Amino acid sequence: MAGHIDEKKLVIGALVIIAVSSLALVIMPYVQLKHIEAPAALKPYTDVQAKGRQVYMSLGCVYCHSQQPRDPKFAPADEKRGWGRASTAADYAYDQVHLLGTMRTGPDLLNIGARQPSQDWHLGHLYQPRAYMPGSIMPAFPFLFIERKGAAKPGDVVVNLPPDYKKPGITIVATTDAVNLVEYLKSLDRTYPIKKTIAESLTTDKPAAAAK
Amino acid sequence: MNPSPMIDSTSLVLLLAFSVSVLGLFVFIWSMSNGFFNTKESGSHIIFEKDEIGLVEDPATSQSSHELQDAAGKTDASLSAAELDDRLIADKSSAIPAFVCLLASVCWLIIGSAAAIVSSIKLHNPDWLVDSAWMTFGRLRTIHLNSIIYGWASMAGIGVSLWLIPRLLKTPLVGAKFVYWGAMIWHVALMCGVTAIGLGYTDGMEWLEMPWEIDIFIVIGGALMGLPLFLTLMNRKVDHLYVSVWYIGAALIWFPILFFVANIPHLYFGVQGAAMNWWYGHNALGLWFTPIGLGAAYYFIPKVLGRPIYSYNLSLLGFWCLAFFYSQVGGHHLIGGPLPTWMVTLSIVQSVMMIIPVFAVAVNHHMTVGGNFKAVLHSPTLRFIVLGSMLYVAASIQGSLEALRSVNVITHFTHYTVAHAHLGMYGFFTMVMFGSIYFIMPRIVGWEWPHPWMISAHFWLVSVGFAIYFIGLTIGGWLQGLAMLDASKPFIDSVTVTLPYLKARSVGGSFMVLGHIIFVVHFFLISLRYGSKKEPALLIPKVNIPFIKDAKVAAKELKRG
Ligand code: HEC
Ligand code: HEM
Ligand code: HEM
Repeated sequence: MAGHIDEKKLVIGALVIIAVSSLALVIMPYVQLKHIEAPAALKPYTDVQAKGRQVYMSLGCVYCHSQQPRDPKFAPADEKRGWGRASTAADYAYDQVHLLGTMRTGPDLLNIGARQPSQDWHLGHLYQPRAYMPGSIMPAFPFLFIERKGAAKPGDVVVNLPPDYKKPGITIVATTDAVNLVEYLKSLDRTYPIKKTIAESLTTDKPAAAAK
Repeated sequence: MNPSPMIDSTSLVLLLAFSVSVLGLFVFIWSMSNGFFNTKESGSHIIFEKDEIGLVEDPATSQSSHELQDAAGKTDASLSAAELDDRLIADKSSAIPAFVCLLASVCWLIIGSAAAIVSSIKLHNPDWLVDSAWMTFGRLRTIHLNSIIYGWASMAGIGVSLWLIPRLLKTPLVGAKFVYWGAMIWHVALMCGVTAIGLGYTDGMEWLEMPWEIDIFIVIGGALMGLPLFLTLMNRKVDHLYVSVWYIGAALIWFPILFFVANIPHLYFGVQGAAMNWWYGHNALGLWFTPIGLGAAYYFIPKVLGRPIYSYNLSLLGFWCLAFFYSQVGGHHLIGGPLPTWMVTLSIVQSVMMIIPVFAVAVNHHMTVGGNFKAVLHSPTLRFIVLGSMLYVAASIQGSLEALRSVNVITHFTHYTVAHAHLGMYGFFTMVMFGSIYFIMPRIVGWEWPHPWMISAHFWLVSVGFAIYFIGLTIGGWLQGLAMLDASKPFIDSVTVTLPYLKARSVGGSFMVLGHIIFVVHFFLISLRYGSKKEPALLIPKVNIPFIKDAKVAAKELKRG
């Protein structure tokens, strides 16, 4: 079969294609973004927050919530809704697995911690979103809570639902997963000012801060 | 206002990169095509035997193969017993490996569809089935995606490919036992993967949720199932590789590489991880499902009609263009996101360039079927595949538009994307797979589809259901996008406006699921050789279509009478 010329073309051609593709979309961004420094105001996740982030991933919040407010020049509503300034690569310096999301069935959450810092609200909202936002289609997550007959025990994190949703004689107690998840949500705050371009964020923070 | 020099140099770099890449493409195509295009058009004849052109073939249509032949034009073409033998040997060698994959795929179709319809209802009934974690929307939706993508679509694609390869190469399949091992490993891994997702173990990236420890086995299983392709290639008896071999062969090389690279743990970080995520996500679509779907369409459309593809060279050109442009479009999933602008722009440009290979497919398929649309009525295979290839063109044109910033700003984060996703993966890929399976199964089991009405019911249920699904979500998603961009409206308006359309999706989706159930029941019936076999060999249908030389005489009589 004449040395299988066609097979060679097929295999080599396919490999060239995938090499070019990886170069453009994997390797070049890798090289460009590797040295980006975390902004000084952004703190690494604490243990609890990191665990909460794991809960966020495991329950698939990302399929309804993005974490990437767009540039006001491109989509002005994002900032006007209070979702925050346009995010840049440096804002995700501590996100080992990205959670940018591609869906906004619910609002963007990159700055939910700044917008809604109340633990009570978050716990109640997770237990029953419609208690806080009539018409919401966010699922309820009752399995993150324990319904206890009678009063709370010491150490329990009690959920205070709005009066209409309270069940008499029943105390709703948050599980560790719920508390961790809310700690993560509260940590979502990228409202600090940021350098605008990738090139600028490649320079370290310290000399820049010193120069000011 | 002066444009800032920064922007100028960016666009300059971009322009330069773009010119270089287009130049590179031409050099590449030129080097690949040495001795490639001078096959003249005869390359397209490779799927037919000497005098076979003009002869229809659709094993799924025993009762009406007569009408099918009439619709395709009368012929005195024929197939000698010896020629037929070659094909029978090829078919026989692939029968069991292909069957194993197809059987598995239809089981996953049912699992995936069940998860789909429940997810869909949950979106408008958010307090339904909320008591256990594995049934929450975020997990069921992921179970839907993974069982449909890695169970149904990939397995059906591999099954169809394994069946096509020996036919295309006129060579018995070499290495069937690798397929059995591969399929087994893949399935056990996939079952573990889907269970892991249900239990909440996930790697967290869309399309890559299954834990990487499990993914190792998917790579091994996939590579084992692809291996027979290469073994068979090395033994091939044909001189020329038909266009479907290019598509399918390349896809089988690409997928294991993609899946392996994408699942390397602890390597990717932050937004770079997102770039990699969508490099994988779109390449799974563009370099895995699309080439397999097109490869199948490029075989079955001409084969059923008994006419060579309209322009063979165009189909080959389309192949390399598709490979080149499609492999760089991943960034269009991140438009407006915190990624390097050059990367996103590159992807948008290549998304628009995709119009070229899509046009090649559109012209080719249309011109091959053109004038023969009546044949579509009589051939179940053709009905599904022609619809599928039309929807391929539709999905791609929609995709190219959707990649433009001005459109994407509205549609990006909405159900509109989900509608597009199903137009591609369902309207195109799944439909082509349905059609292929209708052709292949009678050949594998040597039995006819017991109930033609079930094929019709399947076709109409999924077509009507899908129309409702797609039109509903397209409108709903668009309105959602507009509402979201209007900051004077509260966010919840963008939720409320979609509700009727989400419900419509559940209605359309139920039709589709019902269609799937009928299809799968029928699949089991034919596998068990249920019902009365209508004629001794499917290869000689009742109406004496001249599949073999002896029948040629009968056909002449038929024509005269
Ligand atoms: C089916 C889609 C869906 C899923 C899954 C989902 N949400 Fe939501 N979420 C929504 C919708 C719709 C809203 C807006 C209405 C409301 O506030 O309830 C929302 C609102 C929110 C808000 C309030 C945002 C604001 O700006 O006031 C928070 C916080 C939130 N979700 C967190 C979560 C978390 C955490 C998870 C995962 C455990 C999650 N969501 C899963 C749909 C979803
Ligand atoms: C049987 C009918 C089906 C129904 C009711 C259905 C429903 C759904 C639902 C509800 C989602 C989640 C959308 C969201 O996150 O908002 C989804 C996602 C998806 N489904 Fe289906 N589906 C069906 C069949 C299929 C089939 C057969 C395929 C492919 C072969 C498929 C491919 C996908 C893909 C790729 C996604 C991800 C979309 C995205 O993230 O944009 N679906 N589907
Ligand atoms: C020229 C061809 C195409 C182009 C340019 C294109 C473009 C796009 C764009 C821009 C998106 C992202 C939308 C967003 O998130 O804002 C998208 C999503 C998608 N496309 Fe296409 N498309 C094309 C063809 C296809 C085909 C043929 C298929 C199916 C095989 C397909 C399947 C999908 C899926 C499944 C998604 C959703 C991914 C996800 O979010 O999970 N597309 N496409």
